[in-house]
Amino acid sequence: MSKRPEHQAPPELFYNEDEARKYTQNSRIIEIQGQMTERCIELLVLPEDTPCLLLDIGCGSGLSGTVLEENGHLWIGLDISSAMLDVALERETEGDLILADMGDGVPFKPGCFDGAVSVSALQWLFNADKKSHHPVKRLYKFFSSLYASLSRSARAVFQFYPENENQLELLTSQAMKAGFYGGVVIDYPNSAKAKKFFLVLMTGGSAPLPKALGVDEEDSLQVKYSRREASKGARGKPLKNTRAWLLEKKERRRKQGKETKPDTKYTGRKRSGRF
Amino acid sequence: MKLITHNMLTSKCLKGVVTGYPLAINATDVKISEVDFNPEFISRIIPKLDWEVLWKAAESIGHSEGLPQTIDPKFEDNEEFLRKAHKVLLEVEVEEGYLTCPESGRQFPISKGIPNMLLTEAEVQ
Repeated sequence: MSKRPEHQAPPELFYNEDEARKYTQNSRIIEIQGQMTERCIELLVLPEDTPCLLLDIGCGSGLSGTVLEENGHLWIGLDISSAMLDVALERETEGDLILADMGDGVPFKPGCFDGAVSVSALQWLFNADKKSHHPVKRLYKFFSSLYASLSRSARAVFQFYPENENQLELLTSQAMKAGFYGGVVIDYPNSAKAKKFFLVLMTGGSAPLPKALGVDEEDSLQVKYSRREASKGARGKPLKNTRAWLLEKKERRRKQGKETKPDTKYTGRKRSGRF
Repeated sequence: MKLITHNMLTSKCLKGVVTGYPLAINATDVKISEVDFNPEFISRIIPKLDWEVLWKAAESIGHSEGLPQTIDPKFEDNEEFLRKAHKVLLEVEVEEGYLTCPESGRQFPISKGIPNMLLTEAEVQ
């Protein structure tokens, strides 16, 4: 089964008390969420030293909100999981919390926020957890109501985990349809772990997208990768009747679920003459 | 829920509701918490607010004493005014109660200070 949380249960059920507790106890989660929020704030390009009113979409336990507070901003958070919001109450975050589903639209009057951030929440909109859910419609409703609730020249930055290219395309096309300008910024595109996707949406006319982190050495990495691929292909299968060949064959049989003797130091050895 | 949030919250996500603003407050428990006073933030946020809605909301939960009904035209320099606005906007919190949509009459419960704006399948547009 896939490891992606979106494939396991709807967000209001997946983020139960056990899952919510991780967000107060697991220092790794706290650190990563903090770093991603910092980067979101950087991408928001807010006026310097001005306290702003921000919207946190999928605020959860308020980890991202804490970072917003540290930067001197006030925030209002939306989340669908009441267990996560309970944790936010426990942590005594300063922001105000609202239990709502972002796919039903952002329930605010026009022009009230100076910016919006969202950390690891957007990918949930691709799910159809109920019969009545239509992901494309929900995305459009979300983006159009968000567009309305932002003040002009405000930005919205979403860190998210897309599953494939199609999702990226759908996301940007629906955001453009709702009136936003912008696109996806990919930080550290060549790293499996540090790679992060940020959807940067702008309301006030098109401006150049911010530069992604860790891309200047792209060319050299590209070359290394292709050379490694080539040498891998050249090596090919191990020589027949060798120990390596035998081990590979046994491994293959194991994967097929066939009965296979365990690998020992005797595997692939010639019998001695005494037998 | 703080009154600044109430001043921005609508029920326009409901099917058939056009503006859904302002939501009426019925509070059974109101608490006051200390929040640091930030005059810069308050004077930035005042032009964005619907002051009449804020005043009525404050009155409906019994915290309007001393709050002027209209915005002082030179509010940036009036610290007393900013302090009063700060108290009503950020320190007064509705803990328990419910919000009512002005158009459909739908009630949204508030518990532990969190308004529940979740909609049922039939209510979604």
